[in-house]
Amino acid sequence: MKSFLTLISRDLRLSIRHRADTIMVAGFFAITVILFPFGIGPEPGVLERVGAGILWVTALLASLLSLDHLFSDDEQDGALDLLLTAPVAPTTVVAAKITAHWLTTGLPLTLLAPILGVTLQMPSESTAPMILALLLGTPTLSLIGAVGAALTLGARRRGVLLPLVILPLYIPVLIFGVGAIDTSGMGFNANGLFAVLGGFLLMAAALCPWATAVALRLASE
Amino acid sequence: MHAFANPTRFLKLAAAIQPWAAGLCILCFAIGIPMALVFSPPDYQQGDTVRIMYVHVPSAWMGLFAYGVMAAGSASYLIWRHAVANMIAKASAPIGAMFTALCLLTGMLWGEPMWGTPWVWDARLTSMLVLFFLYLGYMALGDAFDSPEQGDKAAAILALVGSVNLPIIKFSVDWWNSLHQPSIFSMAGVSVDTAMLAPLFLMVGAFQFYYVVVVFMRVRAQVLAAKVRAARLKRAT
Repeated sequence: MKSFLTLISRDLRLSIRHRADTIMVAGFFAITVILFPFGIGPEPGVLERVGAGILWVTALLASLLSLDHLFSDDEQDGALDLLLTAPVAPTTVVAAKITAHWLTTGLPLTLLAPILGVTLQMPSESTAPMILALLLGTPTLSLIGAVGAALTLGARRRGVLLPLVILPLYIPVLIFGVGAIDTSGMGFNANGLFAVLGGFLLMAAALCPWATAVALRLASE
Repeated sequence: MHAFANPTRFLKLAAAIQPWAAGLCILCFAIGIPMALVFSPPDYQQGDTVRIMYVHVPSAWMGLFAYGVMAAGSASYLIWRHAVANMIAKASAPIGAMFTALCLLTGMLWGEPMWGTPWVWDARLTSMLVLFFLYLGYMALGDAFDSPEQGDKAAAILALVGSVNLPIIKFSVDWWNSLHQPSIFSMAGVSVDTAMLAPLFLMVGAFQFYYVVVVFMRVRAQVLAAKVRAARLKRAT
């Protein structure tokens, strides 16, 4: 547990020193969401209806952007090999890196989403469900994304490959995430959809660190 | 099982099975296609459009089956370093992708007159589309590395990760209210008349044997390609 926290604080310190990366992801998220009112037109009825979908899809793409250097920075300077040979379980290393990734991308996106939701004229009743859905969903995105990032480590044309590998696996989270926001925004009970999102998170938390660790070990062989 | 990790021994077995599989494939097609397209009765609601089912259902089944083989082959490659299992997995991917695409296309052709729309975003169609992209991802990832072995391993892990999608596809029509027909095979028995079931089974059989024939062909090609590569490397050094 102590090494887990140490690893998280190391990654957080690194990302504070490279603030631009975190800010860039949040900036990408904000500016892409803002493009939609121009593209679709500012009529209130339309934006209100598609707002949840826009926020989720954009959050998905934004978290994809930052996955590119989740492991590759450490691989290039050799830190990854040291971390994997350290007397810590590789799953712990991976879990710490995923947690740090979520703290620097998923969490800022979740905090930013309600403000952007207001600009998309989403009803105020859907703010709380939106935050809850993103809190449950974005860690799942980081977990699944880590598997993809580890698998594509050292591959050619990685930028194109990563979305092709990961986005199909993101689709269930997207479906239920948007469903949860929309259903509760219309005043219905969405507990079931939130439960499914939570289930995805638990399943991903159980399987993904392990799969990522295996993939990293194979990549560094 | 492990005896066939030796490619030469596996190829010998494959060469023995292949003519039989090819013969059965041709036989099933020869009886199945006329039965399905001409002699089977039209549906009381769908009319002759129901005949699309005789291609649609077998290709959907093969899309899932090929992924199952791919996942099983990938697992035995990762666990036991079973080289031939990996070759079978790699050979299954493009075939499965084509069957999945065929399933989606025939489904769209059928949906246009029957549902009034070629596509709806419901669980079964979406999960089938995801399956298609998983195949594409598997093939792309396998080719993306300079060392073939690293690509094989990465792709094998991806195949296993993606296999969570299989049960979702299988049970999607039971779990969610869907526009798609529920499964015709269930615990309560079969909900289709024998006159339609017989050609359907023949077509499934034909597709299955076709798959066996093509997988063995592709595995043989892979073994030969590896030999050519080794020989070239030897001559170069």
